[in-house]
Amino acid sequence: MPDLLIELFSEEIPARMQARARADLQKLITDGVVDAGLTYAHAGTFSTPRRLVLAIEGLTANSPTLREERKGPRTDAPEKALDGFLRATGLSKDQLEIRDDKKGQVYFATIERPGRPATEIVAEVLEHAIRNFPWPKSMRWGAGSLRWVRPLHSILAILSDEAGATIVPLDVDGITAGDSTRGHRFMAPDAFTVGGFESYARQLKLAKVMLDPAERADTIWHDAQQMAFAKGWEVVEDKGLLSEVAGLVEWPVTLMGQIDDEFLDLPPEVLQTSMKEHQKFFSVKNPKTGRIEGFVTVANRETADHGATILAGNQKVLSARLSDAKFFWENDQRMIKTHGLEGMAAGLDAVTFHNKLGSQGARIRRIESLAREIAPLVGASPDLAAEAARVAKADLRSEMVYEFPELQGVMGRYYAKSASLDDRVADAVRDHYAPLGPSDDVPSEPVSVAVALADKIDTLTGFWAIDEKPTGSKDPFALRRAALGVIRLVLENGLRIKLNTRPSPFSKAAELIGTRDDSFADTNEILSFFHDRLKVFLKDQGIRHDVIDAVLAMPGSDDLTLVVKRAEALSETLKTEDGANLIQGFKRANNILTQAEEKDGVEYSFGADVKFAETPEEKALFAALDAAESQIAPAMEAEDFAAAMAAMASLRSPIDAFFEAVQINTDSEVIRRNRLNLLSRIRQICLSVADLTKIEG
Amino acid sequence: MANSDAPQTAPKSFQEIILRLMSYWASKGCAVLQPYDMEVGAGTFHPATTLRALGDKPWAAAYVQPSRRPTDGRYGENPNRLQHYYQYQVLIKPSPPDLQELYLGSLAAIGIDLELHDIRFVEDDWESPTLGAWGLGWEVWCDGMEVSQFTYFQQVGGHDCKPVAGELTYGLERLAMYVLGIDHVMDMPYNDPSAPIALKYGDVFRQTEQEYSRWNFDVADTDTLLRHFEDAEAECGRILASDDTDDAGRKIIMAHPAYDQCIKASHLFNLLDARGVISVTERQAYIGRVRTLAKACADAFVRTEAGGAQPDEAAA
Repeated sequence: MPDLLIELFSEEIPARMQARARADLQKLITDGVVDAGLTYAHAGTFSTPRRLVLAIEGLTANSPTLREERKGPRTDAPEKALDGFLRATGLSKDQLEIRDDKKGQVYFATIERPGRPATEIVAEVLEHAIRNFPWPKSMRWGAGSLRWVRPLHSILAILSDEAGATIVPLDVDGITAGDSTRGHRFMAPDAFTVGGFESYARQLKLAKVMLDPAERADTIWHDAQQMAFAKGWEVVEDKGLLSEVAGLVEWPVTLMGQIDDEFLDLPPEVLQTSMKEHQKFFSVKNPKTGRIEGFVTVANRETADHGATILAGNQKVLSARLSDAKFFWENDQRMIKTHGLEGMAAGLDAVTFHNKLGSQGARIRRIESLAREIAPLVGASPDLAAEAARVAKADLRSEMVYEFPELQGVMGRYYAKSASLDDRVADAVRDHYAPLGPSDDVPSEPVSVAVALADKIDTLTGFWAIDEKPTGSKDPFALRRAALGVIRLVLENGLRIKLNTRPSPFSKAAELIGTRDDSFADTNEILSFFHDRLKVFLKDQGIRHDVIDAVLAMPGSDDLTLVVKRAEALSETLKTEDGANLIQGFKRANNILTQAEEKDGVEYSFGADVKFAETPEEKALFAALDAAESQIAPAMEAEDFAAAMAAMASLRSPIDAFFEAVQINTDSEVIRRNRLNLLSRIRQICLSVADLTKIEG
Repeated sequence: MANSDAPQTAPKSFQEIILRLMSYWASKGCAVLQPYDMEVGAGTFHPATTLRALGDKPWAAAYVQPSRRPTDGRYGENPNRLQHYYQYQVLIKPSPPDLQELYLGSLAAIGIDLELHDIRFVEDDWESPTLGAWGLGWEVWCDGMEVSQFTYFQQVGGHDCKPVAGELTYGLERLAMYVLGIDHVMDMPYNDPSAPIALKYGDVFRQTEQEYSRWNFDVADTDTLLRHFEDAEAECGRILASDDTDDAGRKIIMAHPAYDQCIKASHLFNLLDARGVISVTERQAYIGRVRTLAKACADAFVRTEAGGAQPDEAAA
């Protein structure tokens, strides 16, 4: 059985697209040949910056011949029916077979679909794959209309077995498939022919191309570590960077250099960001000093001077970048020395945040007032929180952050320290953006928490006030992320803040923004936006949606910590057998009671008296309710919802026994009313933690 | 890969590098044009690129374009940043299949030994929101330094580029500093260092960098700039709204004069930006206004003969 080798040779494919492209090529081709009736033993993919490769072993040489039998008209059917059948099958009358059928004699046709050679099938499938390849971005070039990620230069497509290789007959917009490829762009640019995957990979290696991206990554990582080890240094691991760099070279040559002494005092974040983002260098740490002192770069070729020119060039580029960074760093320090960090922040008055929400400076003054309000709620000093808010975004005016926007906050913290501000203030400057992503750490230092909350609440309130709410998939101002940030800040710090109870942070924020109509702050609009985010968040934590609905229906649902406490207790209780059965008992009690109340037009809510109890089960239920209530009341007081739920769950068997033995409706109206009032006690107790009517099942 | 017709000796000055690029691309068949006589932010704005990338007429041009980026002014102090600098620009339509090789030949021509250096094509998709243009390509790295942008134009002014033009942009100062081994741009020899009057880049440009940095950042009158922006915008619209036919009955669509106004508006926007009076949200609105002009100019250009319209079509 032959092997198939496909190489699509193009100009440089972006590193980040290669892994996906390998998978897509494999899927398109293997699915295509299998659909056409071929089978194969094994498929493997490879890529370099210039080639996308698929090797399939043990492909069947032909698709099988298929026979299909079709039943036609009866022999005594009109001529027209037979003609139609012959046309449909493409056969002549003497090729048909006559068989006996239940109702007489019938024509049968046997249609044979001959198998097709794999070359033909591969040609079709490959052309389709090339023309429909799902590149994230593709382009045209020259005067042609073919699309590829970058100009496609050649196609190698061969089927090979012991007898030799056959070229797949294919021409895509003037690119004819062949059996040759080229080596490394600079070190071995000549074309050569290949006879199969084994000779392809071997010759490529001779032509300075390491085909397998995993091998390139391993080589780079191994060499980098060896070089660092020899100096007693350590390479800072970065898997994303490694796979990117492996996608940028065909023949990796790892080189290590030293960062000039004059830059070693720059913050490590600056060194790392500059080296990684701009140069794709790995950082190398000196464990003795704990500083980043070196770098590893990966070249795409060997040179007669063993990379000396390349390393010197890279070193020079790095020095230019770092002297830029140093220049910014020193200018920023000078600015702070003369004007303070607040002086730096003063420039934000000239920067518009949003044309309907004023300048960044105005926004900072709002955040300051808000942080001052929030501070006591989170245990922070109002003065420190206000101070931190005033300087939190000062670094947006720094030269360093202008150059490296990803260092916002990080630089602010350094500059706050340069300005000799309190450490808590400095940390808050860095941390007030957090959490950004769902896996981001949440600050816990109260000053940071106060400013982080104020920042997000101002954003949410502001865009709400100007009616820029998220719709569908559109959330240009990242308000969902801001809301999730507030939720996580509140929950992970166990904060007790009533988001919707005036004076609330939102009403305060609305007042600061000066919006005329701030009713959204205490209507349920913002709150239900938060509840939606909270539902998503809790669902991710494994809490059922009906549990969330049940607790959100309770009063105080703008206190997110309280909501989650209730939800967790309910969720745990429902996992126990007593808990699950309690729900059934509750629902039964509630249904009977509700129907009776509707019928009688009264609410049974008071006055169940044990003296009217007739059966032992009824008396036992009274006793159990008394006992449970005496536990639930203090538990509720202490917000120990788990204990409250446990006490409720203990009611399960007395309730079950009661329903087993007692008929609510009796001739005695007094006893009936007493029993309904008893059910009302069950309802009242069971509704104390969550609205159990919302629980499904 | 080394280009046999290229001199491999090291160039001595900034201008020698420019001259070598000129003769190299001339030898490869490009029309060597002169800079466009207006303030632009990049060589792409030259109508020889922006407009000529449109339509189906073949085109091959190379030129130096003085470019201005007011926000990059550093009073001549920063070793690598200038508010006025030079770009070398090549545009060939349709893009030839060996454009990468041609480009590498140009590096060899200016003295970069391809056997000793590490040249890389690193993904960098180009987009100009002001021109309504985009393309795919790379930034080209030499030993980790970006020396050029290499782009296959896909769209300009909202029009698909058919055929596709290949665009090469060299940041001349940075490239020359690298080739000449200079650390501060102002120290770079502008002419031959052994010339009777040897001039450094700083001798030519330090004074102007200081003056323009001050004007760009502190002095330019924002009300005037804003008014000029609006004037340019209005004039562009007025030109394009004119009849295709003049009083003498000649059909002349004025795509280029209109495009001049678009260029002006774009530069005025950059100046306003440097003065720090444009907010983040306003930015988008301004960019959108310039893009509207660029698109209208592109629409006009493709109706001209140079823009690929058939003569009878253009006369109709």
